[in-house]
Amino acid sequence: MTAITAAFEWFINTFPTLSMALGLFLFPLLPLIIAVAMYVYWERKVIGWMHVRMGPNQVGPLGLLQTFADVFKLLLKEVIYPFQANKPLFLLAPLWALVPAFAAWAVVPIGSYTAWSNANAGLLFLLAMTSMGVYGIIIAGWASNSRYAMLGAMRSAAQIISYEIAMGFSLVSVLVLAGSLNLSDIVDAQAGSKGLFDWFWLPLLPMFVIYFVSGLAETNRLPFDMAEGESEIVAGFHVEYSGAPFAVFFLTEYANMILISFLAPLLFLGGWLSPFPASWGVLGAPGWWWFVAKAFVFATAFIWFRATFPRYRYDQIMRLGWKVFIPITIVWLFVTGCMKYFGWVTTGA
Amino acid sequence: MKRVANYLKSLLLLELFAGLGVTFKYLWKPKYTVRFPMEHIPRSGRFRGLHALRRYPNGEERCIACKLCEAVCPALAITIDSHRREDDTRRTTRYDIDLFKCIYCGFCEESCPVDSIVLTDILEYHMEKRGENVITKPQLLAVGDRFEKDIAAARAQDAPYR
Repeated sequence: MTAITAAFEWFINTFPTLSMALGLFLFPLLPLIIAVAMYVYWERKVIGWMHVRMGPNQVGPLGLLQTFADVFKLLLKEVIYPFQANKPLFLLAPLWALVPAFAAWAVVPIGSYTAWSNANAGLLFLLAMTSMGVYGIIIAGWASNSRYAMLGAMRSAAQIISYEIAMGFSLVSVLVLAGSLNLSDIVDAQAGSKGLFDWFWLPLLPMFVIYFVSGLAETNRLPFDMAEGESEIVAGFHVEYSGAPFAVFFLTEYANMILISFLAPLLFLGGWLSPFPASWGVLGAPGWWWFVAKAFVFATAFIWFRATFPRYRYDQIMRLGWKVFIPITIVWLFVTGCMKYFGWVTTGA
Repeated sequence: MKRVANYLKSLLLLELFAGLGVTFKYLWKPKYTVRFPMEHIPRSGRFRGLHALRRYPNGEERCIACKLCEAVCPALAITIDSHRREDDTRRTTRYDIDLFKCIYCGFCEESCPVDSIVLTDILEYHMEKRGENVITKPQLLAVGDRFEKDIAAARAQDAPYR
């Protein structure tokens, strides 16, 4: 055992950059890519079930390999460059969208203080990274030299800017209650003897709803998928993309959804904490499985919403963002401040 | 006052939850999908699909080249040539059906005095080359030989109503 540990340490000390790259590949890159593949499969399955269909069931056992088949098909296809497209930017755009979606995982803890970076301003970093992705979309829309793509990009930009504010306010309320921007601190602030009822979703219920709905808008998911809007602008910002760059956009969208699904439990539902009181033994013990289970519920909710709601009209989206969400968040931010100031809620174990 | 009440009610997202309830209910419903190559929907014995020429149990072909089917065919899909066989019976030398012309009306089967030409319940067949849409006598006989059991069963089932 010690020999293995020694070899491990020798490797890390001799090749620090290589071992860092390998580590990043093992987490979050590889698990995230596999999770995206499984998530796409799960989405097609659940939406199929809700349509009283079966969903993919031919490729591999139960159709589990369907997404991998699709990905390899996309990667092997030719990349078509539109007429007079700006080629460097055209290729840069998907990467620009993808990198923030993966970089955000640097601060996401999978257990208490178990993250690549235990940054003090983790929440701020997350907010920054989720906003960065929109540049990829805007560049894609501009570089494609296509009207549809341009319209999709502009819609996406306006939408993300609008909902960022509401999302930011809801995160601020979490910050006010937890008293820290560090994500592990935020989860620890939700620990308590009452289990489920100590988490922030209870005092911050409106903020929790607004956070998740804004998350839908930020990731351009239904019912806020104006940036794609098949019935109006074909496929929006990625209408001119084919082959591998399109696959990257696809990966980005789902990676972002998974990220939002993991952040919701982290900020509002006590992350890896158990919903049961600590006295319940195994069930009451915190662990990464609680975290994954909660995130899975949110990820499935994304799919559920897609199967249920029709797309909003554009002006309705703007109205919801500016005239409903922002006033509510401002009011509830004030209420949260009162809660904290007068000690109506207790935080921390 | 009513507007305020409606506004507050809209914040409860009741309609949205109702919609989610509907999709959740359908999530658990049994699925209608028929997994086509593995499963088939039930077909009536009267189904009119691919044609076949039948034989008698002793192996003799039923068709006596009376050309009633050729005459009755509204789409002119059937072409028959006949000759006198060595045993002095009249037999077909050619029995072609153009599947592109055929409208699967079943008149040929109705007109046949010896129950030779029949429409089977086969509906999955295809052509790969131009010209394969015209099926010839040996092909029709082969279909009849292969599915004789099914054809006879379907005819027996329908017999009381004719």
